[in-house]
Amino acid sequence: METQLKFRDPNLTKEVLKYIKNLAPNYEVKFCHVCGTHEWVITHYGIRSLLPEKIDVIAGPGCPVCIVPAKEIDEAIWIALNKATVLTFGDMVRVPGSKISLLQAKASGGKVKIVYSVKDAVKIAKQNPNEEFVFFAVGFETTAPSTALEITRDPPKNLSFLISHRLIPPVMELLLGIGDLHIDGFIAPGHVSTIIGLKPYEIFPKVYRMPTVIAGFEPLDVLFALLTLLKQVSHKEARLENEYSRSVKWEGNLKAQKLINEVFEVTDGIWRGLGKVPNSALKLKEKFSYLDARLKYEIKIESSRDLLPGCCCHLVIIGKIKPPECPLFMKTCTPQTPKGSCMVSSEGTCAIWAKYGAAKI
Amino acid sequence: MCLAIPAKVLSISGVNAKVDFGGNIIREVDVSLVNVKVGDYVLVHAGYAIQVLSKEEAEETLRLWKEILTLL
Ligand code: SF4
Ligand code: SF4
Repeated sequence: METQLKFRDPNLTKEVLKYIKNLAPNYEVKFCHVCGTHEWVITHYGIRSLLPEKIDVIAGPGCPVCIVPAKEIDEAIWIALNKATVLTFGDMVRVPGSKISLLQAKASGGKVKIVYSVKDAVKIAKQNPNEEFVFFAVGFETTAPSTALEITRDPPKNLSFLISHRLIPPVMELLLGIGDLHIDGFIAPGHVSTIIGLKPYEIFPKVYRMPTVIAGFEPLDVLFALLTLLKQVSHKEARLENEYSRSVKWEGNLKAQKLINEVFEVTDGIWRGLGKVPNSALKLKEKFSYLDARLKYEIKIESSRDLLPGCCCHLVIIGKIKPPECPLFMKTCTPQTPKGSCMVSSEGTCAIWAKYGAAKI
Repeated sequence: MCLAIPAKVLSISGVNAKVDFGGNIIREVDVSLVNVKVGDYVLVHAGYAIQVLSKEEAEETLRLWKEILTLL
């Protein structure tokens, strides 16, 4: 869309920055986003360095690769070594489990294959009817609808699912309960909101008096979201606003929501480094339990461990520290040799900072 | 992993559509999650279109932004 180009208008950007400077208070204000793509936009375009001194933007648990707990990666590794070929997205194979990653499991004989979508997983299983396959289904509300869709399409008998989907609003609520985090406003994730719409965010202004703005992924989208949040903060208001209306409708994508509700039920979920987050995960409904890899195979794993010694991913994920504050950052932990999950995915905060440098700590 | 990219719908056949991501990148994506027609722009995430992007809304957003700035 050529309109898209206008979302990069340098004059408009300058204007917005001017207003942000004028509105900036003389006390510290901290806004939190929960989306790997937002972190990419903010760091890639050096947005932090353009903001007034007192305004900080922190990255919450917004990368679906970073937050998969070691236990669930260990489950996938066990399946790959003992029972079936694990099919999953590229980033997932490099995330460390308690001891090794799926990629390392593959090097020692495990069966692991990268797919681009759940549709590819279905295709591969159909083409190889005598082999067993498991789709390791990770991702937030953005990815869950496609998993649900293929499940309703009666997948081949030799394909089952290791479901590790997570939901964003419950973890945002958890962030507000973390004592010394002191968030002043949320930038809500654009693609997750495209699916779920605005309603699930209403509790943030209503119950927590937290300004919340849904933003798109052009630099101007993020700057306007920041401006809108600042306006609310300076007027001591808390409202829910949708800056990304070209994609996010109030009701969201109803077809996608219907599929999620048909296939999954909400349950508590473990997030890497955060522990249990109430009502933040999806599991297969009973009528689809025959597709559940956890029930199909008696997965045997020992106790799991989310963080290797020294790794601070649990603090990076909640925006408590920025990557250079981790003692391992760019020393023993690099994109080539990741020690923690945040260094793996192209949407992981540490990997983004490794690539584009520290704009502002 | 979950980068979503806009693309233009070139043709539709059943649940699949050929879409153009620009720069000569043409792929087939599943459009079951949206109501779409040829010529629409869709947001594509891991092989599935997850929303139809509204050009009118995009233009309206830009107009509103300019208005907000003059009011501030
Ligand atoms: S799934 Fe949503 S939250 Fe995660 S990176 Fe993509 S857009 Fe952001
Ligand atoms: S630099 Fe590496 S070890 Fe440190 S928090 Fe980031 S991913 Fe974890």
